Amino acid sequence: MTAHPSQAPAFQNKLVRWVDHRLPVFTFLRHELEEYPTPRNLNYFWNFGSLAGVVLVIMIASGIFLAMNYTPNADLAFNSVERIVRDVNYGWLLRYIHMNGASMFFIVVYIHIFRGLYYGSYKAPRELLWMLGVVIMLLMMATAFMGYVLPWGQMSFWGATVITNLFSAFPVVGEHIVTWLWGGFAVDNPTLNRFFSLHYLLPFVLCAVVGLHLVALHQHGSNNPLGIDKKGPQDWIPFHPYYTVKDAFGLAVFLLIYCFLIFFHPNFFGSPDNYIPANPMATPASIEPEWYFLPFYAILRSLPDKLAGVLAMFGAIAVLFVLPWLDTSPVRSGKFRPVFRIFFWLLLADAVILGVVGAHKPEGWWVLIGRLSTAWYFAHFIIILPILGKLERPLPLPTSIAQAVLKGGARMEKP
Amino acid sequence: MAETTNIPGTGHHGDGETRRDFLVLTASALGAVGAASVVWPFISSMNPAADTLAMSSTEVDLTPVAVGQSITVVWQGKPVFIRHRTDKEIKEAEDVNVAELRDPQTDASRVKKTEWLIVVGICTHLGCIPLGQKPSDPRGEYDGWFCPCHGSQYDSSGRIRKGPAPLNLALPPYAFKTDTSIKIG
Repeated sequence: MTAHPSQAPAFQNKLVRWVDHRLPVFTFLRHELEEYPTPRNLNYFWNFGSLAGVVLVIMIASGIFLAMNYTPNADLAFNSVERIVRDVNYGWLLRYIHMNGASMFFIVVYIHIFRGLYYGSYKAPRELLWMLGVVIMLLMMATAFMGYVLPWGQMSFWGATVITNLFSAFPVVGEHIVTWLWGGFAVDNPTLNRFFSLHYLLPFVLCAVVGLHLVALHQHGSNNPLGIDKKGPQDWIPFHPYYTVKDAFGLAVFLLIYCFLIFFHPNFFGSPDNYIPANPMATPASIEPEWYFLPFYAILRSLPDKLAGVLAMFGAIAVLFVLPWLDTSPVRSGKFRPVFRIFFWLLLADAVILGVVGAHKPEGWWVLIGRLSTAWYFAHFIIILPILGKLERPLPLPTSIAQAVLKGGARMEKP
Repeated sequence: MAETTNIPGTGHHGDGETRRDFLVLTASALGAVGAASVVWPFISSMNPAADTLAMSSTEVDLTPVAVGQSITVVWQGKPVFIRHRTDKEIKEAEDVNVAELRDPQTDASRVKKTEWLIVVGICTHLGCIPLGQKPSDPRGEYDGWFCPCHGSQYDSSGRIRKGPAPLNLALPPYAFKTDTSIKIG
């Protein structure tokens, strides 16, 4: 992250120069946003990182304004949300932006993660970058879960009950942890209050980790579809204007989809049960988490033992932390790993199947399908990836990004 | 550190540790202990508050509950199931071979008077409220309760018989004040 003032031309504007001499924000921005060397061959899957950043900003902005009209009290919360939608000026818009923003956030981040899985973006020297990403995902999940509790509908209440009860699976301390999480003997007003407090806090923690994620990213720069390192100036282009424009175009497409949901199907991802006020004395016929938790919910329910189910669910995320060391292949990109590529698509299909299983009651065939796909999920990371790296014969790698991209048609330096 | 300390009063003791190292270690250890002990009030503040704890008992008059009927009362924000069991239900509960149960408990150890079963109405799996209190509810295969969330089934003694729940329905602390009234908690 060090600046190169010797190479950079001085700023034209006197005020900018004066400020920059004392507080080098302009040098920093020029270095990290403008001249930041980026591989010339990034495809559209590389849009999703910056997209996720934009969604985070949208979520924080809409959330702050929602909080101005929301009341975190078990007796008042549900009606305060209804009031936001019906009476507050553009409150419906703010709420639908925020509600659907959560789903869009997960869509973007899941694509971002699978991009990293396919192109081996987690491999050296980007292990910490990847692990910080997993931390971001965990923070997102915690934030989304607590946010879903705030409207205090039936799904809010029972979702909170089921998820907090997961901790009771731990021997000895389990019950104490749950009571501590609730601040009482059931999910109640103290629980709602603290969830609101944390739901407001965690996005800012998330911002800090995103900052670290970016520092780690800029240390070695983006990975690229070929998965090989930049070898010289012929391999990279400055971030601005090439990728600022590409990111802006991707953002426009993304916003079209997002706005379509907000304005035409605002409750597409929601559960109708959450428009019934929370009732601690009656459980809805089926409790189903938000779609982005369904694969993990399926893993939780696949194991017949409560503690084992909870451990498997947390393990499904924990395994991602050690992924850089489980994948033993020195080749990053799936483009050059024909066998890995098959397993990648199987894993993606497996994740989708787990999501479908999570949406169904654990009866009949769903139990077996859930167990098999849970086993496959773990086998992929713990068995297949370590062995595959040793057995697979990767395709020959191009000598440089420029060679592969320009097919020898342009100026090239001999290796 | 040892190489750079030429200032008077920071005397060397050979090439190893100095008095300064000792002071740094003890000071940071004490600081860490101090910081950790200040964390406790914050953690503890998230546990149930005094007013929440104060609302911890409920009195129930059992006179209007006929044989075969169930009522749900609220205790500490949780539903408590009170069932006036029929002779058939009592017999079923007593005839079970305890050794075959997932959470082995005799019926006698779960009731104070055989006709009254009093349990916390929260599924021990993930905290849903089982069905079976209303006559129209499904009661599962064992004349008890059926949890709609993940299919756990409890018998007429509130013991887990089928499904993912690990434990029997919990027993709240209660006492009979008279033959027909109880105090829970």
